[in-house]
Amino acid sequence: MRTGEAVAGSVVRNATEAWARLAAFGWLFGLALAWIAVIVIAAGLADLLPLPSPTDMDMLARREAPSFAHWLGTDRLGRDMLARLVYGARISLTVAILAPLIGLLIGGALGILAGYFRGGLETLVVGGVDVLLAFPPLVLALAVMAYLGQTLANLTYIIGILSIPAFTRVARAATLSVAKREFILAARAMGATELRILLRELLPNVILPLLAFFLLAVAVTIVVEGALSFLGLGVPPPAPSWGGMIGEGRESLETAPRIAFLPALFMFLTVLSFNIVGDTLRATTDPRQGAA
Amino acid sequence: MAVASQRAPAAGPAATALLRLEDVAVELPSPRGVLRAVDGVSLELEAGRTLGIVGESGSGKTMLSRAIARLLPRGAKLSGRVDFDGQTLSALGPEALRRLRGRALAFIFQDPMTSLNPVLSIGSQLIETLREHLGLETPKAQRRAVELLGEVGIPSPEQRLKHYPHQFSGGMRQRVAIAIALSCEPKLLIADEPTTALDVTVQAQILDLLAREQRQRRMAMILITHDLGVVAGRTDEVAVMYAGRVVERAPTRRLFRGMRMPYTEALIAAIPELEAPPHTPLKAIAGLPPDPTRRSPGCAFAPRCPRSAARCREAAPPLAGDGQHQFACWNPLGPSA
Repeated sequence: MRTGEAVAGSVVRNATEAWARLAAFGWLFGLALAWIAVIVIAAGLADLLPLPSPTDMDMLARREAPSFAHWLGTDRLGRDMLARLVYGARISLTVAILAPLIGLLIGGALGILAGYFRGGLETLVVGGVDVLLAFPPLVLALAVMAYLGQTLANLTYIIGILSIPAFTRVARAATLSVAKREFILAARAMGATELRILLRELLPNVILPLLAFFLLAVAVTIVVEGALSFLGLGVPPPAPSWGGMIGEGRESLETAPRIAFLPALFMFLTVLSFNIVGDTLRATTDPRQGAA
Repeated sequence: MAVASQRAPAAGPAATALLRLEDVAVELPSPRGVLRAVDGVSLELEAGRTLGIVGESGSGKTMLSRAIARLLPRGAKLSGRVDFDGQTLSALGPEALRRLRGRALAFIFQDPMTSLNPVLSIGSQLIETLREHLGLETPKAQRRAVELLGEVGIPSPEQRLKHYPHQFSGGMRQRVAIAIALSCEPKLLIADEPTTALDVTVQAQILDLLAREQRQRRMAMILITHDLGVVAGRTDEVAVMYAGRVVERAPTRRLFRGMRMPYTEALIAAIPELEAPPHTPLKAIAGLPPDPTRRSPGCAFAPRCPRSAARCREAAPPLAGDGQHQFACWNPLGPSA
């Protein structure tokens, strides 16, 4: 009984503390987080929402203004804009989250290993990253998509590979500063294995800046995916993606600018939200202020 | 306090030594050439006794202590022989050496602000060490962790287990670091400037704690410091280092009764006196320590030494003397200066 109360009390206290900490970030952070939540939930539950099909055309209701049947109107083929935006969010977010995840895993691991072991490995990794950075990313993406085929998987892989260098650099820089600290030496002095030092001592200290950077990378990826789709090298039609919708809307800019502007607005708000969240987290995990 | 006098003087010959260094040298690569941080040091330490290693910054005392457990920076070259507890450490493979670290041989470092992992609670840092080295199960390790924290003087240790390093003061963090180091009952504890980063008032507490634990556990200790005052009441023997070499070595009381090496005298003169009138200038040792990438043929201290003679600049004096008091000087101070 008493322990139950104590547990409940500490849960409540923890939750209050968590909210207090979130509130301290300000209303802008809250709004950004809320927008991301809305988009993610809508994209995840798109099949359950009472939405019309995003690909059903209605040639009698082309470029219709917002109405009760079509809340955000229809595009030039008479497809429901809201449904296309929600299903488009699914594709845009899938790429935007999975691609940086590839970068986070591979780039993060390479950066940590290079920063901790130094020597020849570091030279090799830094050199390889520089080579990858020297490629014009959009041209490389265009070439790969044109050569290997336009699929969601290929799109994710190529953007993911292109994000490796940035993650490697962030991870290496963070590792270099942490590896110099005395607790790494203390762990070695206590007989810790290299694997333990990497996973238990280094990783928890490096993961926060990496995760903050991950959110910024998500924002960048949404734009990159949009640009590729706009150029017609993203997900093949009729599947909707925000970049593709902007590209299609371009043809009706004079008669119904809404068709291009709505996906652009969604993209803008989402990118801005990820940037705000990422920046706030980066600021709080910045080692320069951190005595913690 | 007078720990030294309570113990019987070392009976047997060096064969019983727990730790023995023979001609240990450490070379570090540096942009200006090879830096000889430790230059042919031989030392012995018997079980349960305390050795103080004293010297200014850059004298090689830290590198010497790291050389014992081969905790050297990458690229460092170690030569010479290290025997510890019946094993030749300098011949052990990295894996065997790793297993010895933390168990038989533990370290305490200078800055408790950075020697604890900031993102792990001190409980998990302590408990993991106990589980890994002693193979204790988690509940047992937890109980032991609470005991250890209590022993090193942390109030309400049970609650403190959940706290993170930044929630502790510097002195308390150093106590935690000591608890971690003591957790596996090491035979030798190497404390590298354990109080340098601390408040003066806390320094004495930490040193007393180390002395008490050392006495109770009968473990040997190497106390590294730049402050001869720290060494005075708390060590059995003192080795003074300069430019990578031991320049004077003696039982603590004998050293303070009559040092022979002018450098040791200068170090003592540099300790500020409490009774001195205000605004008395501190006595610094003139000049700078020698460039460790460039060796002169003579005594390394000669350029700063008030007693240096022509001979001092030509050949380095060997460490010589009777069995107890040894010094490296051509022109030593009188036996009872």
